[in-house]
Amino acid sequence: MVVPLSHYLALSIALFALGVIGVIVRRNALVVLMCIEMMLNAVNLAFIGFADHFQAVDGQMFVFFVLTVAAAEVAVGLALVVAIFRTRATVYVDDLNILKW
Amino acid sequence: MMMDYVWLIPFFPFLGFLINGLWGQRLSKNVVGIIGSGVIGLSFLVTIKIFLEFIKLPAAARPVEKVVFTWIASGTFTAQAAFLIDPLSLIMLLVVTGVSFLIHIYSAGYMHDDPGFYRYFSYLNLFVFAMLLLVFGNNFLLMFVGWEGVGLCSYLLIGFWYEKQSASDAAKKAFVVNRIGDFGFLLGIFLIFWTFGTVNFREVFTLAAKYPVGSGVITAITLLLFVGATGKSAQIPLYTWLPDAMEGPTPVSALIHAATMVTAGVYMVARCSALYSLAPLSLTVVAAIGVLTAIFAATIGMCQFDIKRVLAYSTVSQLGYMFLACGVGAYISGIFHLMTHAFFKALLFLGSGSVIHGLHGEQDMRKMGHLKKYMPITYWTFLLATLAIAGIFPFAGFFSKDEILFHSLVDGRVSYWLIATIAAFITAFYMFRAVFMTFLGESRVDPHVHPHESPPVMTIPLMILAVLSVVGGFVGFPIIEGAHVFREFLAPSITPVAHTGGHHAVSFEVFMMIFSMAVAAVGIYTAYKFYLVKPDLPTAMANRFPVIYEYIYNKYFVDELYDATVVEPIKAGSDFLWLGVDDKVVDGAVNGSASVVAWLSAHLRKLETGFVQNYAVAILVGVVIITGYLIGR
Repeated sequence: MVVPLSHYLALSIALFALGVIGVIVRRNALVVLMCIEMMLNAVNLAFIGFADHFQAVDGQMFVFFVLTVAAAEVAVGLALVVAIFRTRATVYVDDLNILKW
Repeated sequence: MMMDYVWLIPFFPFLGFLINGLWGQRLSKNVVGIIGSGVIGLSFLVTIKIFLEFIKLPAAARPVEKVVFTWIASGTFTAQAAFLIDPLSLIMLLVVTGVSFLIHIYSAGYMHDDPGFYRYFSYLNLFVFAMLLLVFGNNFLLMFVGWEGVGLCSYLLIGFWYEKQSASDAAKKAFVVNRIGDFGFLLGIFLIFWTFGTVNFREVFTLAAKYPVGSGVITAITLLLFVGATGKSAQIPLYTWLPDAMEGPTPVSALIHAATMVTAGVYMVARCSALYSLAPLSLTVVAAIGVLTAIFAATIGMCQFDIKRVLAYSTVSQLGYMFLACGVGAYISGIFHLMTHAFFKALLFLGSGSVIHGLHGEQDMRKMGHLKKYMPITYWTFLLATLAIAGIFPFAGFFSKDEILFHSLVDGRVSYWLIATIAAFITAFYMFRAVFMTFLGESRVDPHVHPHESPPVMTIPLMILAVLSVVGGFVGFPIIEGAHVFREFLAPSITPVAHTGGHHAVSFEVFMMIFSMAVAAVGIYTAYKFYLVKPDLPTAMANRFPVIYEYIYNKYFVDELYDATVVEPIKAGSDFLWLGVDDKVVDGAVNGSASVVAWLSAHLRKLETGFVQNYAVAILVGVVIITGYLIGR
């Protein structure tokens, strides 16, 4: 059975929207990071769907790149969260507003 | 040939300026004094040597121009640092270096107790350097450098005691008033370059000879140059700075404000005789200004009580005579009077300095009297100089002043002669008034002050100048053919006015001499009557003509007039520009734009919350808007 492209895209949009909402409204930095992962993976899903639909491997190629970037991003992001927790004893983004004058 | 080393003449004073200016503070006063006077003495010796070489030159080899280096070369414009050696510049060189040398020596005594001793000598050397450039350059531009240089030194030396408010005010006044004149002078030089394409004296004068008499452009040039002369040489209407310049040390008054700098205008007019002789209108202006200044300043001199101010007004008046001479075309008589005046006026100032020194700074003649007993050398030398300025035969001033009076009658107008003769009467009167009030009569000296004669370092220059004041006039002996050495020597440097007065009977000349001597004698007698026989007569006269006295005593209120018509409006205008335009408009625009930005920033900064999620929302909104736009397009 072939899943139609619209299904892929609908799922991708839903995941992306969830990710965006999570990034904007969640307070825990870890959750925010996870939501970012979710947005990236929503995009990956769209790429896969298009690759399948157009019978082209370019989309799959992009997914590998995105996965690489996502892995690097998670490494850096978690390192930052750990560092912030060590200095400020919190990972709630509401408490982190010193990045201003 | 010494003439190849002519640059040594200005070089020595400049060297003295550098040494005294840079290291003078560390040198002892004696060394500073010796260096300061010595360099001028060396210049004087070089000048004499060159003078002796020059008079041996055949007429064809004169004048000599020595180029030291090319100073400015730009397109068609060139100006050289070069010196013109001709009779006129040699006379000026001899007068400047000779009189300066004596005054430098005198200064070493007069300024001995002053803490600014080295500063004084370095300024004085710089002044001599600038003055030599002025009288000695071969082009208008170099002359202008000297012209400005002497103005600067005059400013520095008038304000030498700058901690005194009146001295620094007087210095500023002199500088500003001179600026007005210098501006005209500079315009004159521009016009010369524009017309002739060169600023070299000899080239300009050669080219100018092709212009017709009364040509407009030559008239404009000469009038503009004369504006400069009225500033530097203290003529109406720019004379007001000179009496105030007496705030400077007395030797400075003698050197700068009597003997040398103030005569620069006369020298300039004589130097440009080739131009002035082509401009009858300018000559009339020169003569009229000269004769008016002569009588105007002389009348003020009658009622001054400060001995230096009397001499200052006398200087203004004598400069008027020199301009009168130039204005009637008797340039040589003008220069002749310049030279004799340098001798006797320097002597008068140094004599007054000796008096002031002996009285510990007292300058008011009402607190002098009977000083003859205490300072005989000063008295006798002062008296000789006074006889010279009054024009008594055979003193120097007689020859030169009589020549001017004679020429103003013969080549000029009867009115010039009449006014100049009245001024000569007044001159004799006020100068002898000064002698009588200072040296003779009852002593009015403060009993706590003990007058004393000055040391030899001061009296020897007095005596040398006294000799010069006595014999200096004989180089210009009139009537006898060939006896007027001065005229014959100077004649090649001067371009005479086209019309030549006819020959005059010797008896007429002699009669005029006797007449002018009689005028001077009456002046002296009047002063004698007023100040020795009946000392209360002056007060009685003042009470009888209170209005006239009030006017003269207050110097015709010219300072007040200038204050009201020029200074105050400029001040008001400056106040407006400062408080109105600068403070409000300029600063307002700058500060206003700054406060607008500050206000905007104060509000915009609230966007920067520091919460990362707010930024994420902003990004999201941006993405939605852009995407919406791209889709909906």
